[in-house]
Amino acid sequence: MTNPSETQKAGGGLLAGMSPWALAGHALPWAIAIGFFFIAEGYLSFGTQIIIWILFALSLDLALGYAGIVTLGQAAFFGFGAYAAGWFSIHVSPDPILGHLFAIGLTAIVGLISGALILHTTGVTFLMLTLATVLIMFEYANQAKEITGGDDGLQGMKVGPIFGKYEFNLFGHTAYVYSLIVLFIWFVIMWRVVKSPFGRSLDGIRQNARRMRAIGTPVWWRLLAVYTLSAAMAGSAGALSAHATRFVGLSVLSLLTSGIVTVMLILGGTRRLYGAFVGAIVYFVVQDYTAKISPYFWEFIVGGMLIATVLFLEGGLMDLGGIARRQWERLTGKASKP
Amino acid sequence: MSSPVLSVRGLSKSFGALVVAQNIELDLMAGARVGLIGPNGAGKTTFVNLLTGFLRPDAGTIQLDGIAIEGMRPEDRVHRGLARTHQINTLLVEESARDNVAITIAEREKFAWRAIRYSPQWQQCLDEAQARLDEIGIGDVGDRQVRHLPYGKQRLLEIAIALALKPRVLLLDEPAAGVPSSETHVFHKVLDRLPAEIAILIIEHDMDVIFRFAKEIVVLVQGRVLTRGEPAQIAVDPQVRAVYLGRTVV
Amino acid sequence: MLSFAATVLLDGVSYGMVLFLISVGLTITMGLMRVVNLAHGSFAMIGGYIAGYFTQRGYNFYVALAVAAIIPGILGGLCEVTVYRPLYRKGELSQVLLTIGLVFVATAAVTEIFGAFPYPVKFPEYLTRPIDIGFRTYPGYRVFLIVVGAIIAAILWWVIDNSIYGARLRAAVDNARMARAVGMNVNLLFTGTFVVGCALAGLGGAIGAGILTPEPSYSLKYVVLFLIVVIVGGEGSFKGSFVAAMALGIIDTMGKYFIAPAAPYLLYVAVFLLLLWRPQGLLPPKSAT
Repeated sequence: MTNPSETQKAGGGLLAGMSPWALAGHALPWAIAIGFFFIAEGYLSFGTQIIIWILFALSLDLALGYAGIVTLGQAAFFGFGAYAAGWFSIHVSPDPILGHLFAIGLTAIVGLISGALILHTTGVTFLMLTLATVLIMFEYANQAKEITGGDDGLQGMKVGPIFGKYEFNLFGHTAYVYSLIVLFIWFVIMWRVVKSPFGRSLDGIRQNARRMRAIGTPVWWRLLAVYTLSAAMAGSAGALSAHATRFVGLSVLSLLTSGIVTVMLILGGTRRLYGAFVGAIVYFVVQDYTAKISPYFWEFIVGGMLIATVLFLEGGLMDLGGIARRQWERLTGKASKP
Repeated sequence: MSSPVLSVRGLSKSFGALVVAQNIELDLMAGARVGLIGPNGAGKTTFVNLLTGFLRPDAGTIQLDGIAIEGMRPEDRVHRGLARTHQINTLLVEESARDNVAITIAEREKFAWRAIRYSPQWQQCLDEAQARLDEIGIGDVGDRQVRHLPYGKQRLLEIAIALALKPRVLLLDEPAAGVPSSETHVFHKVLDRLPAEIAILIIEHDMDVIFRFAKEIVVLVQGRVLTRGEPAQIAVDPQVRAVYLGRTVV
Repeated sequence: MLSFAATVLLDGVSYGMVLFLISVGLTITMGLMRVVNLAHGSFAMIGGYIAGYFTQRGYNFYVALAVAAIIPGILGGLCEVTVYRPLYRKGELSQVLLTIGLVFVATAAVTEIFGAFPYPVKFPEYLTRPIDIGFRTYPGYRVFLIVVGAIIAAILWWVIDNSIYGARLRAAVDNARMARAVGMNVNLLFTGTFVVGCALAGLGGAIGAGILTPEPSYSLKYVVLFLIVVIVGGEGSFKGSFVAAMALGIIDTMGKYFIAPAAPYLLYVAVFLLLLWRPQGLLPPKSAT
């Protein structure tokens, strides 16, 4: 998957040595996101939701895509972050940024502890442990009504203005811009992390953990580090969701939430950075359209897309471009690289 | 001067009733070239796994430069200078040959915790990786994805990776297994040119390789050291012929 | 007091029998084919819905049970040949994803066909009455579960331990490559086993509908229970999954009686700790040790 020449660009800034086409490719999604703000005012809360789920899917990409940690427990961190932010806004301070940082920090700690407990296992056992993590949190949240509101959800969140200035208004202007900025910050962090010696060691661990131990890699520590970072990102997405809707429902901690974010990532394509973007957008658009036909049709379509992706399009939708280019090169008779 | 780099005493391991290593003793001096032979199931690979830490011994000690390592994790043993090659390929098949080596060098130099971006150190890793590929004669395929490399070159890459760890002790687990006979001369050359100061233990089925390369041979049968000695001695040892050479005609 | 303990025990065992019937197919296929099959619960769900459909329309209960076993069996066979087979060569991630996809499809399909609400099975009148079991009366339905579960477990036990099919199955669980090398038709064995496993799941889903009511969220909600049985028992271990199913049934029931609100939460904590302690399960088959 990795283009060998890409790794040649050692040193220098993030964008150094990038071709104009690649630069344009990077600028496009962000330009669309900014343009959306001005032309689709009526859909800003829909847009905010997509941005939050992109961030959530990116967090999964880090663990599952890059490090090869096959987890179904990502909802635990998303939900934990959401509840942490909600609880903070009610009991400590309505300041959204403080609440957000609090949620990130606390979720990172949860990721660190749960990762330390379970990352020495592999395969189905690991998968079960991640499922159990989500279920424990779900059942706990269902019970601890005084903290979480149980089945009714966490109500009465107070969200103050950002920097004491920008109110979260009814149309969602602030929430949209705020979420987009948070997504951008995480995106840059993640980009740097995966394209670094550390990121390369994750590539190695994903492909063959035993080999990595044989060349001296402390595999468990690497995985723990990336799992914690991934948890923090998911917690951040959860906090955004809590602030944007001023509500946290029990469903943030459900297995379905884990399932949906996995679907988005796989549809879009793992290890592509923008795969999470494509996947989340396609998912929401499909859901929006098909739900009008019948309330459950979307689940059928999404399930079908997931099956088709696994069987026929392992690189996800992001791979379509590459496939098209190879076909084009074959048709035009251009010699492709060996 | 004459203290061994690697010293194994009384190493034993069994799985239930099956004894796979029994009271094995071995000393490797700097620059040693020792061959380990034995029929299938004699416990050769188990022995390598015990040395490298992928298996825990039931009893016995392993010392590397006088320090007990038998309780250490595999990755810590590597950082102390114990490297191995694998019998079956465990290369990172999605990466280029050069990146396989560069990732190894990054671990050796402990750059691999750097998670911010490719630093100038990464460029050093790549440069050294290319030099090491050149050295072993596969520099021309540095850019190729490993899964597209011919098998013989993959085996050479395996050795290049182990050498990139700058080991004091190197365990070669059937380095030439599966390599077509037309390419074995390349292997002989590579093995002859391995840095003289490294202590090497080589496990091979190919007797040509063993008798060419090793100065001393240890014969392992059912987890025990049957005998040891110079190649010429071993070749004529009636015991060895009975259990081993007799069956795989030299 | 003794009678109360007996009630808890019987409730637990009857629940455990349902879990066992549904999970036994999963443990064998996971042990045999090394596929992480998250869609197994969907076959049980379909069995439950089918039984509900026929019994609500007045068909004979046992005819409904037969159909509830046969259709999931056939569906399972079709799925094995079309979508599972390509999965054997792929990684765990692909297996997880594809089977989640199947769960989505199955959930949407039953919602479209049967509606979004719980869909109960109408059990025959004589099963809904309490019956005298010597020292006390006990719901007939629960007695039925225990008897049917015990009979099927005994049959399976005998088949796996004594028949040629069982010998092949055990050999293939221990070493699929070797089994192939000695000329066993592993593909046929896989498909056949998958069909039987799904049929048992369908049957379990149908007769267990009084405890695990068919509803659209069934497959996602309960698949974790089935996986717990499989993983705790040890993948591919028939006896292990029986023990695990009984233990899970009894512990869960005890939890509901004694510490009602915290029961599910404590159950998952227990499973979590157990898996940390014994990652291979309680009674792993030989090859896994």
